Amino acid sequence: MPYTPTHYLPYDFANRRHIGPSPAEMDDMLKVVGAKSLDALIDETIPKSIRQKEPLDFGKPLSERKLLNHMRVTASKNKVLTSLIGQGYYGTVTPPVITRNILENPAWYTAYTPYQPEISQGRLEALLNFQTMVSDLTGLEVANASLLDEATACAEAMTMAQRVAKSKAGAFFVDESCHPQNIEVIKTRAKPLGIQVIVGDPDDLDAQQVFGAIFQYPGTHGHIRDFTDHVAALHEAKAIAVVAADPLALTLLKEPGAMGVDIAVGSTQRFGVPEGYGGPHAAYMATKDAYKRSMPGRIVGISIDAHGNKAYRLALQTREQHIRREKATSNVCTAQALLAVMASFYAVFHGPEGLKAIAQRIHRKTVRLAKGLEAAGFTVEPSAFFDTIIIDVGLLQRGVLQAAVNEGVNLRRVGKTKIGISLDERSGRATTEAVWRAFGIDRNDDDYTPEYRIPDTMQRQTAYLEHDVFHMNRAETEMMRYMRRLADRDLALDRAMIPLGSCTMKLNSAAEMMPVSWREFSLMHPFVPKDQAQGYAELIEDLCDKLCKITGYDGMSVQPNSGAQGEYAGLLTIAEYHAANGQGHRNVCLIPMSAHGTNPASAQMVGWKVIPVETAENGDIDVDDFRAKAEQYADHLAACMITYPSTHGVFEETVHEICQITHDNGGQVYIDGANLNAMVGLSRPGDLGGDVSHLNLHKTFAIPHGGGGPGMGPIGVKAHLIPFLPEQSGAVSAAPFGSASVLPISWAYC
Amino acid sequence: MKFTEEHEWLRVEDDLIVVGITEHASAQLGDIVFIELPEEGTTVSKDDEIVVIESVKAASDILAPIDGEIVEVNEALVDEPSKVNDDPIGDGWFFKIKPSDPSQMDDYMSEEQYMKLIG
Repeated sequence: MPYTPTHYLPYDFANRRHIGPSPAEMDDMLKVVGAKSLDALIDETIPKSIRQKEPLDFGKPLSERKLLNHMRVTASKNKVLTSLIGQGYYGTVTPPVITRNILENPAWYTAYTPYQPEISQGRLEALLNFQTMVSDLTGLEVANASLLDEATACAEAMTMAQRVAKSKAGAFFVDESCHPQNIEVIKTRAKPLGIQVIVGDPDDLDAQQVFGAIFQYPGTHGHIRDFTDHVAALHEAKAIAVVAADPLALTLLKEPGAMGVDIAVGSTQRFGVPEGYGGPHAAYMATKDAYKRSMPGRIVGISIDAHGNKAYRLALQTREQHIRREKATSNVCTAQALLAVMASFYAVFHGPEGLKAIAQRIHRKTVRLAKGLEAAGFTVEPSAFFDTIIIDVGLLQRGVLQAAVNEGVNLRRVGKTKIGISLDERSGRATTEAVWRAFGIDRNDDDYTPEYRIPDTMQRQTAYLEHDVFHMNRAETEMMRYMRRLADRDLALDRAMIPLGSCTMKLNSAAEMMPVSWREFSLMHPFVPKDQAQGYAELIEDLCDKLCKITGYDGMSVQPNSGAQGEYAGLLTIAEYHAANGQGHRNVCLIPMSAHGTNPASAQMVGWKVIPVETAENGDIDVDDFRAKAEQYADHLAACMITYPSTHGVFEETVHEICQITHDNGGQVYIDGANLNAMVGLSRPGDLGGDVSHLNLHKTFAIPHGGGGPGMGPIGVKAHLIPFLPEQSGAVSAAPFGSASVLPISWAYC
Repeated sequence: MKFTEEHEWLRVEDDLIVVGITEHASAQLGDIVFIELPEEGTTVSKDDEIVVIESVKAASDILAPIDGEIVEVNEALVDEPSKVNDDPIGDGWFFKIKPSDPSQMDDYMSEEQYMKLIG
C-alpha cells in the first residue's frame, strides 16, 4: 500500500495516525485474506445490491487542532450559570485526583465490561466498593453495579416489584413528590405492560389496590417524610415498597432499610460526577437478599480462583439478557460502570465522615438561606428539608427567576407562583447572597450559628461505610496509588487490542475525549433554559443530521442511554405507530435465534410475544421459516428485529426480502445497529428496508466503553415514525438528551 | 414411573403425581445452585413453565407435564438444591400435583422407552 511521509502530518486527525495497522501491516493482512486492496476486499464482502449510491460527504475533514477550535467555539455558545434547579441534578465537586486518574485515564475508560474476571480485578473491586457504598447508605443487603439513570431505575424497580410481590393487584402507586422525569419514565414503561399507574399523596395510598409503590426521599420539593407506616401497610397487602433516595441525604437521614423498604433506587451523580447536561451518571439499585435474583443489572460478587484465593467476578448472571433472553429480569446490558467507579472513589476519598460533613454543610447553608428569606417576610416550605426549599412569591415568579439569571443563578420554576432552590456542594456564600439579591434582599451570609431543620426522629442512627477501604489514608497521593494499583490489574485498550467486537474495536482518540471535561459541556444542568444551551443544541442537531446521512434515516432521538434502551425505545416507537393506525393489537415480534440477547429481552419489555426464527449453522436467517412465521402471524405481526450484518458478521443478501416480507405482513423492520462498524460509508440500514435502528455510540461512534458504560443508544427512524419518538410519546430516559456530555465525542468522530 | 422427553419423571402416589428430573438431566445440568418452585395451591396447565432450575452452566425451565393443582412442593430444595444432583429420583423431587386428567399420563414413556431415548 503506497504511502508518503505527508501521511504523517503532525496534528492530522483520522488520517494515518488513527489507523492502527501500518501500511506494511495492511499489505500483509491483505495478502493473508487474498484481496488485492482494501477496496477490492470491500467489493468482495459487501454485496453490490446493498452498497450505498453516494459516498459519505461531510466536507473537508478537520485536523485535530481545527476540530478542537471548532468545538471551543461551539462550547462557548453554552452559558454556564450556577444552577440551583435540583430535581435530581446537583452541583458537585469532583476531586481532581478522580478527574485525572479515572475520567481522563484511558486505563479506566477504555476497559471493556468485566466478563473476563481474570483481566478485570481492578474495576471489579471499584464496582464492589460502589455496591458496598450503596448497600450501606440504603441499609439494604444487596446492591447492583449501576443502572442507566434514576428514572429508568425507578421503572426497573416497578417491574421488579411486580415480579416479586405476592399481591396480584394490577396497579402501581407513584408518590406525586417524585421528580417529574421519574414519573414520566415510569408511565412510559407501564403503558405497554398494562400496569395502571396511580400518582398521588402517599397518605392517600390504598395499599390493597397496588402491587407496589414508590416514594421520593427527600421529595422533589424538599419534603422529608418517614415512610415506615406506609411500608407496613404495603407489606400487609403483600405489596412491595420502593424508595428513590438521594444518597448524600442518606448520610444524615434515616435510611430506607430502617423503614422496612424493599427496593431503593437513586442516582449517584452528586458523588463527584458533573451534571453533564443530563448525563452520564450511575444510578443505583439495592434490595433485600430475598429478592436478589429478581434484580436487574450487573452484580459483582466475591468468589475464589483456581488457587483458592479470593477473586471478584460478575455474579448471578443467569438473571441477565445474555443468558435468559426474553426471560431476563431486564434488557439492560451496558450500564454506567465508569461513572459508578468515579462515585465509589468519591466515597473512598471522603469516607463516611467526609460525606457527612459535606451533607451537613449543604444543609446548614440551606437553613441560612431560608432564614434570610424568612427574615424578609417570605414563607419557606417545607419545615423539614435537606437541601431543597420552596418559596411562594405569587406574581413575582417571573421577576425573581429573571433577577436570579441576571445574578448568574438558575432557580427552579414550580407551578405558577413558586420558586424552588436546591443548594449543593459547590454553593458558597456568594451563591446565597446572589439568591437573596434576586429576591430583593441585600444582606451578607455571615451568621454561621449552626441550625438544623431535620427532626430528631428522621436523623440517621446507624453507621455506614465501615469497611476498611473507606477509611484508607486519604492523602491524594495515596488515592492515586490505590487507583493505579487497581488499574494495573486490568487489561484495557491502553495495553492491547481486544478483538471482542464492536464494543472494543473502535477509535478511542485522545482529542475526542478532551471536550468532555470542559466546563461548558460538563457543568450544564439538564433543565436550564434553552437559550443557555445553544452550544449543545447546535452540536446535537448537527450530530443527528450526520447520523441520518450515515444511516439513511429521516429523524433521530438521542434520549436512550444504551443500545438495549435504544432497542426498547425503537420498539416502543413502532408500537405507538401501530396504535395510532388502529393496529394496536399487533404484538408479535420475529427474532432470529442468533440475535443478541437484548433483542428478545427488549421485545418482552414492550409487552410483545417473541417468536424465534430458525437460523442456519452459519447464522443466516432461514428465509422460508421467516416467511412461514410472518404469514402465520400476519394479523398480529408488529415487527421483526434483525441484525445487519448478522451477529456472525455476514452480509446476508436476503435482507431486502426479509424486509419486504415483514412489510407485506403489516410489520415494521427493526435493524439492530450494533454492527454498524462494518457499514458506515458503504451501506445504510435505511436503504435496506429498515424502519428504525438504534446506534451504539459506544461502539462505532467512539464513546469509550468505560468498563461497561457510559453508553448512548440513539435511534434513527424513517419519516413515518418521527411523530412517535420518545420526545413525543413518552420519555425513556431522565434527561431529554440522554447522556449529553458524551455526545461531543461522537460529534468529533463524525 | 413414566418419563417425558424433557427428562422429567412422574410417579403415582395415591391420588397425586410426584414429579422430578432424571439422573441423566441432572448430570447434564451440572451442580444445581438454585430452584424456583411454584406456589402450593396453584392450578397449572400442561406445558406451563412452573419450575426454574439454575445450575452452574445454565438456567432451564421445567414445564408442567399435566394439567392439575400443585398440592405440595419440596421446600428442602430451597436451602439444599444439591439434593437434585445427589438423589434426583428420591429426595430431589420437585412437586406433587393432583391431576385433573390422569389420562394425560398415557402420552409419556415407560422406563424402557426412556432408557432407549437417552441411549
